[in-house]
Amino acid sequence: MKTKTKNKKEITKEDLGLGKELTGAQILVEALIKEGVSQIFGIPGGSLLPAFDALYGSKVKVVLTRHEQGAAHMADGYARATGKVGVCIATSGPGATNLVTGLATANMDSIPVVAITGQVATHLIGNDAFQEADATGVMRPVTKHNFMVKNIQDLPRVLQEAFYIARTGRPGPVHVDIPVDIQRAKLKFEWPDNINIRSYKPKLVGHPLQIQRAIDLIGKSEKPLLYVGGGAILSGAKDELVALSEKAGIPVVHTLMANGAFPFDHPNYVGIMGMHGRYSSNIATQNCDLLISCGARFDDRVTGSVKTFSRNSKKIHIDVDPSNIGKTVAVDVPVVGDLKTVLAKITENVKSSDHKTWRKQIQEWDNKHPFTIKASKGSLQPQFLIQEVHKLTHGEAVVATGVGQHQMWAMQWYPCKNPRQFLTSGGLGTMGYGFPAALGATFGVTDKPVVCFDGDGSFQMTMTELGTAVQEKKKVIIVVINNYYLGMVRQWQELFYKQRFSGSNLSYFKDENSHKVHPDLKKLDYIPDFIKIAHAYGLKAVRIYKDEEIAGALKKAMASDKTFLIEAMISPGEKVWPMVPAGASLDETIVDMA
Amino acid sequence: MQINKDKQTPGHTISVLVENRAGVLARISGLFSARGYNIDSLSVGTTDDPQISRMTIVVRGDEQVLEQVCKQLNKLIDVIKVVDYLETPHIERNLALIKVAADKATRSELIQICDIFRAKIVDVSVESIIIEMTGDNEKIGALAKMLRPFGIKEVCQTGVVAMARGAKGISIQEERKPA
Repeated sequence: MKTKTKNKKEITKEDLGLGKELTGAQILVEALIKEGVSQIFGIPGGSLLPAFDALYGSKVKVVLTRHEQGAAHMADGYARATGKVGVCIATSGPGATNLVTGLATANMDSIPVVAITGQVATHLIGNDAFQEADATGVMRPVTKHNFMVKNIQDLPRVLQEAFYIARTGRPGPVHVDIPVDIQRAKLKFEWPDNINIRSYKPKLVGHPLQIQRAIDLIGKSEKPLLYVGGGAILSGAKDELVALSEKAGIPVVHTLMANGAFPFDHPNYVGIMGMHGRYSSNIATQNCDLLISCGARFDDRVTGSVKTFSRNSKKIHIDVDPSNIGKTVAVDVPVVGDLKTVLAKITENVKSSDHKTWRKQIQEWDNKHPFTIKASKGSLQPQFLIQEVHKLTHGEAVVATGVGQHQMWAMQWYPCKNPRQFLTSGGLGTMGYGFPAALGATFGVTDKPVVCFDGDGSFQMTMTELGTAVQEKKKVIIVVINNYYLGMVRQWQELFYKQRFSGSNLSYFKDENSHKVHPDLKKLDYIPDFIKIAHAYGLKAVRIYKDEEIAGALKKAMASDKTFLIEAMISPGEKVWPMVPAGASLDETIVDMA
Repeated sequence: MQINKDKQTPGHTISVLVENRAGVLARISGLFSARGYNIDSLSVGTTDDPQISRMTIVVRGDEQVLEQVCKQLNKLIDVIKVVDYLETPHIERNLALIKVAADKATRSELIQICDIFRAKIVDVSVESIIIEMTGDNEKIGALAKMLRPFGIKEVCQTGVVAMARGAKGISIQEERKPA
């Protein structure tokens, strides 16, 4: 093998770390380097000491998180923002079980993550040893695949396969459990040249016949609609989507996971669909004659009632995972394959069209009920706040969110220009995802601001990672939208459970009438004082109560060179509109009840 | 005691070739429980290739459920091939051991019944016999029905194994399994 450098120096096997006798721990580090991993998020522990010793001083940076859940979310946030595989590491027992929420989050959203866990020595497995948990057993249902390495000979192959499985086909998290004695065992290190897993051959090229049928259907359609999901981002299909939309004149609606898959400022862009989607998107979905699903999976938060979902349309479903096709909604043309490849083939032969009347009709629906910000009743409007951030960052910041009302507002008011900009837990709905994911993204994103919109409930689940942010000198602009409630739960309780706010209030302040009366937000006893928390970590923070204070706070945040926290106090009565009640038809979009 | 349970949806027989690795059975059974599929029987054994195990699963559900079951099985990394025998002529066999009360008075009648069914008596004691019966579920059910009046003490079954008729075997070569 020869290098391409000028002096054409021969690369020896030893230069590549091959052929040397290495410990399992050293093999792990070599494998990470060969896979291009620049940092690993996690926490050491008894059964990981050899691994951490090998990491010490290596080319792989260790990012010490404060909780393993944070490590998994950081790896996930890094993966979403960069498209590379994120890696996290945790010790046996509690370390491994703490990863579960993070890996389940990545699994539901098909995010490539490799999780390494330590395990008790092989002779102790099954003995209820100290810090022993059946990690592979626990992880099995929440990962794409997992391995336990019981033989040092298997380690290089398993690590290589783990990365391969994580990033190919429909991506997902892969877990590798490595007992501590395997980390200490020695092996002459060889890195397999190629991967051949006979039971895993992702099908990437769509069937030509189905593609032709899709082209025919699009040609015949008068009211086609592209329904774009997270798969479009995973596949890197932005250009192909734009090309198809432009050539065939097809308007585009998208899911939460696909914010940024299609540029928001494109004339064919309609908007977000589903439970809290745009009225025009939902009505267009219900009235189109052809729905082209691109890397979406007809989630219940998107379809509402499946029975009435887009009932008069033909459906084309393009997905790399065949099990998504026909799972909840029957389709006319299934295309199994990589979206990018399939879309390019469709566009090549599709009939040019502009569907002027149909697009005009959608525009009229949108004019009838656009997203609106209601006049302020004296308190800060969260939608306005997010809109201001959007203006300031031109819709190009990397935005992470927690889960709840603030997530929906962020989705509505921060439409993205590019893929890999919007990091949110769409499938699992993991509160606390936002801040560690944003932090993980900062390790891959250096040219754009990273903003985390969070709720007070969500942020409290993982704010312990402030320590990691400070230690790593990373900057995230954290915007905590504080309504001293678990806001989305409260919204449902107000609308559907007779204002019985059971277990959703996060303060001392008990006010069952807060949906009618507007309390003086400055006089409330909040738990905790987020400003003091930021200060405890040596960070700056501002609290704002009014729309007029937003611009000043954002200016300070942008100017800061450290993580900066903005706490925006809003009325607990603020709700996310429009809304399709759970299980209702998309036609039954409630634009506003107030 | 019921051997053949009457259920509304038909049972489908699926053969699954899997990598013979630790945890594969847990993956498959986990998939069925996580997705709420009903399993009638599951039997596992090795094949002529020691690296490959073959599972035969009898699952209940309509066409859509079956399609999902097959797709989800295929999605598992360790699954090499899934074959649904719904439209393929095939042989199904199940082995049952049935312990029946038998004394001097009833033994000869039981032997006659066994002869008719071509079942074997593999153990005999003063108060009971054990009958070994191989066949499809229907045949075993019919035998059990005949034995019931004598007093069935215990039943044990292997679960169905299945194989397509004809010369063609399940090939795993050149197979492009969707992920």
